[in-house]
Order: sequence, then C-alpha cells, then structure tokens
Amino acid sequence: MLDRRLIQNFDWTLLLILVLIAVASVVNLYSATYPIKGAGGSQVFMKQIYWFLIGFAVLLMMTTFDYHQLERLAYPIYFFSVAMLLIVLFLGDMRSGSQRWLSFAGISFQPSELMKISIVVALAKFFNDHAQVNEYRLRDLWQPFLLMSVPAVLIVKEPDLGTALLLVIVSFSIILFAKMKWRSLFILIFVTVSSVPFLWMSLKTYQQRRILTFLNPDLDPLGAGYHINQSKIAIGSGLLWGKGFLKGTQTRLHFLPEQHTDFVFSVLAEEWGFVGALILLLLFLSLIVWGISIARSSKDRFGALIAVGVVAIVFWQTVINVSMTTGLLPVVGIPLAMVSYGGSAILSTMIGMGLLMNISMRRFMFQ
Amino acid sequence: MRSSGFEQASVEVFSFRLKILILITIVAFAGLLLRLWLLQVVQGPNYRIQSENNRIHLQDIPPFRGMIFDRHGQLLVDNRPSFDLFVVPEEINSRTSLTKSMVRLVSLDEDSLRDRLTGEASRYGFRPMPIKRNLSREELALVEANLFNLPGVMIQVKPQRYYMLGDFASHTIGYLGEISEAQLNSGRYPDCKPGDLIGKYGVEKIWQSKLQGVRGGEQVEVDAAGRKLGVLSRQPPIAGENLALTLDKKLQLVAERALSGKKGAIVAMNPMNGQILAMASAPSFNPNDFIEGIDKAEWLRLTTSKDCPLQNRAIQGQYPPGSTFKIVMALAGLEEGLIDPQEEVFCDGSFSLGDHVFRCWRKQGHGRVNFHRALVESCDVYFYKLGKRLGVDKIAQYAKMCGLGHGTGFELGSEKDGLVPTSQWKLKRFGVPWQPGETISTAIGQSFLLVTPLQMARLMGALFNGGILYEPKVVKWVGKEGKESYQFSPKQAGRIKAKEEHLALIRDALIGVVNEPRGTGSKSRIKDGTVAGKTGTAQVLALEKEKYFGKGNEMPPEFNDHAWFVALATAENPVLAIAVLVENGGHGGSAAAPIAGELIRAYFGATPEGQVVVQTSTSDSETD
Repeated sequence: MLDRRLIQNFDWTLLLILVLIAVASVVNLYSATYPIKGAGGSQVFMKQIYWFLIGFAVLLMMTTFDYHQLERLAYPIYFFSVAMLLIVLFLGDMRSGSQRWLSFAGISFQPSELMKISIVVALAKFFNDHAQVNEYRLRDLWQPFLLMSVPAVLIVKEPDLGTALLLVIVSFSIILFAKMKWRSLFILIFVTVSSVPFLWMSLKTYQQRRILTFLNPDLDPLGAGYHINQSKIAIGSGLLWGKGFLKGTQTRLHFLPEQHTDFVFSVLAEEWGFVGALILLLLFLSLIVWGISIARSSKDRFGALIAVGVVAIVFWQTVINVSMTTGLLPVVGIPLAMVSYGGSAILSTMIGMGLLMNISMRRFMFQ
Repeated sequence: MRSSGFEQASVEVFSFRLKILILITIVAFAGLLLRLWLLQVVQGPNYRIQSENNRIHLQDIPPFRGMIFDRHGQLLVDNRPSFDLFVVPEEINSRTSLTKSMVRLVSLDEDSLRDRLTGEASRYGFRPMPIKRNLSREELALVEANLFNLPGVMIQVKPQRYYMLGDFASHTIGYLGEISEAQLNSGRYPDCKPGDLIGKYGVEKIWQSKLQGVRGGEQVEVDAAGRKLGVLSRQPPIAGENLALTLDKKLQLVAERALSGKKGAIVAMNPMNGQILAMASAPSFNPNDFIEGIDKAEWLRLTTSKDCPLQNRAIQGQYPPGSTFKIVMALAGLEEGLIDPQEEVFCDGSFSLGDHVFRCWRKQGHGRVNFHRALVESCDVYFYKLGKRLGVDKIAQYAKMCGLGHGTGFELGSEKDGLVPTSQWKLKRFGVPWQPGETISTAIGQSFLLVTPLQMARLMGALFNGGILYEPKVVKWVGKEGKESYQFSPKQAGRIKAKEEHLALIRDALIGVVNEPRGTGSKSRIKDGTVAGKTGTAQVLALEKEKYFGKGNEMPPEFNDHAWFVALATAENPVLAIAVLVENGGHGGSAAAPIAGELIRAYFGATPEGQVVVQTSTSDSETD
C-alpha cells in the first residue's frame, strides 16, 4: 500500500490547480445553463459537481498503484478501448445523428474519451520498449501509426471528427517528442500534402462542400458562420472586466451554440471579460507547465512519456477550443478540458491527472 | 523495469526537449491572449454595441415542396400560403395577459397555450414559437389589428401543403406529418429540424428527399423590440422537385366515385409497361387533415376503425381470389397436358370427394361443358375435377409463376404478399397434413388462397402482353424545370412461361366471359372494342351459411361474399388491365363487373352507359 514517503510527496500544487479549474467550471456552467425568466430550471451544473466529485475520487484511486505496473497492462487496456469503440458503432445510442455513447446500467459514456488515455499509455509503452539511441525512422514507426490509426478511423465513423482529430494530434505530439528523424518527418509531410488532391477527388461533392465550409465558415452563413459570429460578439463584448455573473446577454438569450459544451469559453469571456479569460488561461498554463516539470523530474522514460501525453491532451484541447471560439480556427467540436460539461470527458481528464499525480509522487523513488 | 545507463541518458535527453515544450506552450498561450486582447479590449467596444443593440436572428425560409401532377400534367398537390401565429418568448411583457388576449382573438385552448409559453421551447428566448398554424381570415384580421399592443406576437406566411382534391388518390399520394424525435435522431433526415413536416406515407414519404427542397434562411438584424432592421445575409431556399404520377386523374375519379360508400379496391394498370393508371381504396382519408396536426380523436378513428381507412386495400387487402383463380387453374391444366380443350365434362351441379359434396354455384348444373364453356360460365365442377388431378403443389407452382403469393415489387412498398398454400406450408404452419378436400376448394380460389387486387390486375395484363409480369409503378417522372432526375422505365419482374397457344385459349375464353351468351361478365362490355374479363365471388364464410344464420334470415353484411372482377381492354389493343374488388359486395358479375365497365368506358372516351350495353338479361348475369 501507500507508504509514508508517498504521502509526503503528494503533489498539492497539482491538486490546487485542478480544484480551481473545477470551481471555475461549475460557476460558469451555472450561468451557461441558467434558465430564462419563468422557464424551468436546469440541473446541468449540479451534474457537473457530481462528476467532479467522482472525478477527484478516481484521481486519488489512480495514485494507489505504481504506474510502472501499467507497462504490463498498456496493450490490454488499449485493445479493450478499441473493442469498446467497435461496440459503440454497433450498439451505441444515436443522438442527433451520431453514435458516440454506450449505455450501461443507466449511465452512458463515450468510449472515445477513454481512448484518449489508452493511446497515450500504449504509445508510452511502445517508445519505452523500443528505446534507441538514434532517432526513429519511418520504418521504426509503423506500430505507433497503426496504434493511432485504428481508433482514429473508428471515431471518425461515429462520427466525431473533433475527438478523432485530437487523438491524431496528441499521438503525433508523442511521436515527435520521442524524436523522429527530421528527414522522415519531411517525407511524411510531403507524402501527406501531395496525396491531398487525390483524396479530394475521391470525395463526393457534399463531402467536399462540408470540408470547404469547415475551412471557410462564411460559406455557410446560417450555420457555422453564424455561430462563430455570435461567439466573437460574446467574447468581444465582455471587454476588460466582463458583463458580470449571469449578466451575459449573448448567453442569456441563447445566441451561442452548444454554450455548455463547445462554446463554454465564450460564456466565461463574456461575463468575466479579458481578466477572467486571462485567469483561466493562466490556470491551464500552470497546469501544463507543472505537468511538463513532472515529466522532467520523472526518473524513467515510461513516466516521462505518459506525463507528456497527458499534458499534450490538455494543451491541444485548450489551444484548439479557445482558437475556435475566438474565430482563429474552424469549428471542430473539441470541448475545453474540465470546463465544458460532460461526464465522460471529466472522468478521462481526471484519470490522466491521476496518472500525472502518480508519476509526481514517485519521482523520488528509486527501484 | 530496465534501469540502465542508457535509460538514464535518454531521460537526460528528454530534459532538453521538455524545456522546448515549455517554450512552445508559453508562445501558444501568449498567442491566445493576444487574440483575446484584440477581441475584448481593442475591438471590444464595437462588439459591445453589437451585443446590446443589434440582435441577429436566424430566420428560416422554408422551401416550396415539389408539386404533384397526374400523368397528363394536371395539378393534384400544391402549396398555398398559410398565415401562422408565432410568439417570441423573450419579447413578451406578461405571459398571463398575453394568454388572455390570444384566447380572445383566436380559437385556442387556454391551458395548452399557457403550457407552451412556459415549456421547454420557450427557453430559447428569441426563437419564434409556433402557436397556431393556418389562421382563418377573421383571426388574421383580428390579430393584425391588435398587433401594436401584442409585443412578441408575430405572423409569418409559410407555404402549406394543399391537396387540391381532398381525398383523391390519398393512399398513393400519402400525407405529411411532423417529424418525430426518433426520425430526427436517426440521421436519415439530415436537413430537418424539429417541427418540420415530412412525408409519412405514400409518394410523399418515398420521395421525401426529392420533394422537400432545401431550406433557406437569413441573418436578420433586429432591434431590442424585435423589429426587423435589415438582412445581413440571405440564402434563398430551393424548391423541391416536382413529381408526376402515372395516375390518370379522370380514371382515378371514376374509380373513386364507383367505390364511394363501399369498401373495396380498384386497380387499373397499363399491361404493356406496369404503369398504374388508377388505384383506389375505400374508405379513404383526406391528407389535408394531417397538416394542421390531426387531433387525437380523429387519429384514433383513422387507425383503429374497423374499416381501416389508412389501409391501401389495392396492395394490402388480401382476399380469396374466388373464381378469378380459374385463370391460373386453366393455365396449369393446359400446360400440364391435363386438359383437352375439346373434351367435355359433365356437370350435374355437384362433385363428391369422400363423404363430402362440393357444389357448383349453378345448382342445376351446367350439363356437358368443354374447356371454353367451363371458363365462360365459370363451372365449378369442371375445375374441381381438374384440381383433383393437378394436386395442390402443382397448382401452387403455377400460381407463383403468375405472380401470386409474393410481392409485385410495387414502387411504394408496404404491400402484402398474399398466400399460395402448399402441402409443405400447411404442415409447417398448422402441423397437420394437407387434406384432399382443401385442394378442391383451392381449385375455385378458396381455402387458404389470398391475393391482392394489384396482383390480379397484373396477372390479367400478363395474359395479353406475352406473359410479362411488370413491376407496378406510380411515378412517371421527378424533376424540375425540364430536367428530370427520375424517369419511368418499365421493369420486368417475372414471366409466365407458357405456350402461346395455351394463353390464346385462355384469352378466347375470357373474351367469351364478357361477350358470349351466358358469360358471367357481360356488364363490362363496350361498343367499340373487345373486352375480356373474369368474375369471382370470394366467400367470407366458407361453410353453408344457413347453418349459422338460419334459412331466409338476413345475414350480417360483413359475412357477405366479396365481389371480384378482373378485366382487360381491349383484346385487339391491350391498354388497360383492371381488378375490381368490392368487399361484401355479393356476386362479381353484378357488383364488380359494372364498375370495370365504367372504367373502361371512361378510358375510351365516355359513351353514356345506356347506349353501349345490350343486356342479356338471363338469370345468369346474377351469378358468379
């Protein structure tokens, strides 16, 4: 079990950052789902509180074993997650046109969220097993690419393009971090770019149109273009100090799409202004920097790679989500870690944070 | 874990890369903050004004649903403007006073209005909520006049489906209904939103994706009071494609009129290509009733009524074919070499098998009849004897070849198969072997046999077109502005493989049914061409009725026989194959044949009835 040294090494800084983000999340969700006068109330923020309580419990559970045990379990966990993704394609619930949820005993969750952690652990395992002095060439990397592609394709099938994209980006981050030969990287980029025209021609017209509106929302003034416009108005009108809690007009009047999930950041920026957004981003920045320092202090390759992977998930979600709501990137449907509403997402983030905590607590242990 | 010097070294290498990661992170976050600074502080005041004054609404512009025509381009289904009443919840001053004034101005249920105003939809403050569709002229005038002191109330004009002839061909055309939650989630209607009307039945359903068109919309700038200031961006709707049915409006009307007040079905098709010219099923329904949301009582009436008005009897009604089945029997007998057309069989009015006596419909018997006379006069005994020699499984083989016992491939689907019994089927279904007596009643189209009117019309046509069973179709073309995205083409679904001379013998006899003395179908005769046909009377109660209801007592109408008539016009130039079925109508010759006659006359240019038909008033015209 836990020995005393472990408890002494408990990472209070990490926990504090997480609690602060969780509080910001609940307060902001309360506003984002606050009902219009006279209409029935919403319990979304209460559910989020429950998820956080479960999430922190899961985080603590994740610290009770030595993460090195995951070396044995990495691939079994990965295959289990892939199996879940397969099951969801056949037995998943259909909600607004996509099949992402598995219902089990009254609780539904998204296997794609579990996959985010599983791929990190699996890739860490691979690069730990195949440590080499030289940089990796493409022929050394077919396994990681396979590990990444199978779940990515399954998630695209649901369809959940946002999560699939995130999976690919996070996997690439780990692969690049493990150090790929520059020449190999350029070859890969060259092959990808030069195959684009052929891929494009093989698409159907409606698929091409979907990608074009994705890249240029103005082509769809009633859909994506409208949403981005409203999100920018919400964020911009927050000014320096914000309109105040529960006083965001864009939010109140439901001008924002998906304002409790993908566009939750716009709600915060409208009501708390630039200062509020700055504080939240600083919290995420400290979380990421702290995570990287955990990776540095970790005494082995496996731990460092897991820490980098978990940090990459948070980093890319934050950067992509904020860029999307501020109109820098097309709307890809990637939520903001912990701040957006969603039980599966919170659990998966908390599992990742638990691993980070686990690695942090064992940084002084020598075996 | 493999702790080694090498491992240690590689962690050292990580250390440098991790520093770079921190650098990348800080740069990325600085970029995000710069963007936020730009939006919130530099351009912020601009956005603040936009958020306070300019509220941008999204307004749908519904497309026109495609029009539906008959085969000659006569308009059957159109759209007409409907004035719909909407409320924008966020702009209401007081829900109670609004509810009161609304109830005073338009006919509305006060409780349900109050529920709507506080319900789930009202949470989307600026999204207009439909309160009442299709206001009457009086209501429209009242609301318009009071609009100035009804903040949050608005009237929108939307195209509404209009079935110009009411219940005309309603089973083929179908109806619209509000899209259901399950349908929205299914992903099969990607362009639909809650509250949209989609095709739920008939052509409206099958061709939904072509008919619906593409929704347009505009970003409308409104002021704080909801007044429209201008249109920021607009995407015009695209009207749906039009559709022409193969139905002939005139013929369809004749068919529907002939069935009015009755229960039954009529199918008229072109035997040379499978196009349906008329398809009527009675009782029917008026699809206009479904548009404004049908009320519960009416829906219950339509769905649970014993008369099943929503059922399309032409394809879903399964009836014993009665004597019309003798066509199949004749074909089987000739093909199997069991019939010598010249050979005469003696009919004394009954036929015994074991201790059971099967009667001919003509109690005194037909005397000596050959093949031709047997079919013309529909002699049961002749076919009892033939049936006994064929056996049920041979009969079934020919029935299936004639397109019975399985779907015809009808374009709109949801048709019934009917039933062609075999000895194996019975053993499997009931666990009891086939009884020889059942073969005898199968021979005159009773026992377990079931067919749909569509199957019979197609069979009749195939006898005259060289044996081809076409897939019946009701859509002639779909398209817009001269460009057709779908064009009818005939499709062969099966073939009656039989010697031409055998088909000719049967055709001759069917012409005799209509045109020879003592023929049972004389009431469908016309002046300028030769009609062929076959009567049928399908027993609802197979047993002797007197046993149950007593001799001379009035029988309940639902136990009366079904009247059949299948016809073809003309033998010289086959263009019309018809099946008429009148439920509980009695004898085919008297209840169904005249209807077929009316249709044929209507098709060939209406000659008034009296001038054409020279009745041969024998007692036989009252028969099967």
